[in-house]
Amino acid sequence: MSTMREALSKPILQNNPIALQILGICSALAVTSSLKVTLVMCISVTLVTACSSFAVSLIRKQIPSSIRIIVQMVIIASLVIVVDQLLKAYAFAISKQLSVFVGLIITNCIVMGRAEGYAMKNPPLASFVDGIGNGLGYSVVLMSIAVVRELLGSGKLFGYEILPLITDGGWYVPNGLLLLPPSAFFLIGIFIWVLRSAKPDQVEKEEFKITKNTRSVKEAF
Amino acid sequence: MANNDSIPRTLLVAVTLCIVCALVVASAAVMLKPAQVINKALDRKANILAAAGLLVPGESVEEQFKQVTTKIVDLETGKFTDEIAIKGFEQAKVAKDSATSIALGDDDLAKIRRRENFAMVYLIEKDGKYDKVILPVRGYGLWSTLYGFLALENDFNTVAGLGFYDHGETPGLGGEVDNPKWKAIWPGKEIYSDGDVAIELVKGSVDSSTPHADNKVDALSGATLTSRGVSNLLRFWMGELGYKSFLSNLRSGEA
Repeated sequence: MSTMREALSKPILQNNPIALQILGICSALAVTSSLKVTLVMCISVTLVTACSSFAVSLIRKQIPSSIRIIVQMVIIASLVIVVDQLLKAYAFAISKQLSVFVGLIITNCIVMGRAEGYAMKNPPLASFVDGIGNGLGYSVVLMSIAVVRELLGSGKLFGYEILPLITDGGWYVPNGLLLLPPSAFFLIGIFIWVLRSAKPDQVEKEEFKITKNTRSVKEAF
Repeated sequence: MANNDSIPRTLLVAVTLCIVCALVVASAAVMLKPAQVINKALDRKANILAAAGLLVPGESVEEQFKQVTTKIVDLETGKFTDEIAIKGFEQAKVAKDSATSIALGDDDLAKIRRRENFAMVYLIEKDGKYDKVILPVRGYGLWSTLYGFLALENDFNTVAGLGFYDHGETPGLGGEVDNPKWKAIWPGKEIYSDGDVAIELVKGSVDSSTPHADNKVDALSGATLTSRGVSNLLRFWMGELGYKSFLSNLRSGEA
């Protein structure tokens, strides 16, 4: 049972797919300018990751290794199409805003990474929980970025006004940069920095070290 | 594990997986279709209202759409017609059918190849008179056909609003046709000048000192071809082959 709990909670901070594995960055840049859209995206990714891991794990003993990546892709793609159809039917406005990014969940490295890295070797239930955990890890980062971007970029949270904008007679001058995708890069960078300062074991080992300069300056010239 | 990798085994897994996945996807698509069709229709209605500047966010679109009268216009005569039922009318289908459309040949300003003989228009009545008319327009931009609605005030000359609900232009350049700031400069512009279509998109900002400022709209920067497309589609749809006779009939009350 403890492995289950670990599979669920570990990816949130200790082994976060975005912060530690640096996966799924592209959608983190694209959909985080408003919280509502981000939330839908997070739920979709979590569901797809969990269900595809579950399905892959179910048939993991039948999958011929020569076509395993394609098999995983087919399962993931089918699930994404189902999610896309569901959104179009029940959340049309949001699906219009998410537009192409729902389809791009297929290429989200987290989903494939978990299918290949975990579900191929573990039983279905554990894989499902692992998928949920990684989806939550993804969501934590996305939601915290979206909070900063929407609050400082347009003075709102979930569309409700928090900081009255100067254009509507308030006092807050919105920061336009935060509505543009590059701002998410800075925010993800800061997030990773903070996380790694708190948990220094996440810092990667340096691949090489610059050796100390042994010659004096005079000699060098 | 070894027998998993034999060719028949691989084929079997691949085929079975494809069938299962196809079933899942197909049944999701079929079962959710009705809800999606309703959403599409609602979205279209919201776009019609938005083009006329009447959309109140947060209220039921269905309820707000009740103020709109839908009618079919015969583009040959420029008059309302009962020949075709409103229910089930699909402009795209009518435009494809050679019996109900004409090939444009050299007159194809908007690059749409065929023009339907019937168009579905939307009218807003006030005190027994038509207050606004909303016309579907379309035309080719740079990459794609732009589909939109043009709303006119009750002189059937002054623009009440223009909005595109479907296009595939470059986001950030041609895609700025969706920019609310750009759309906000349309209301008040005039389509005709001395009976000819005069509206056009021009380079540089338009202020009151510009000659014929009423007929000119600031083009989209960095999107010359999309802007030209918008100019052309308006010139086409407001011209002889478009709604011109219908609009003059509306003006004289003979539609």
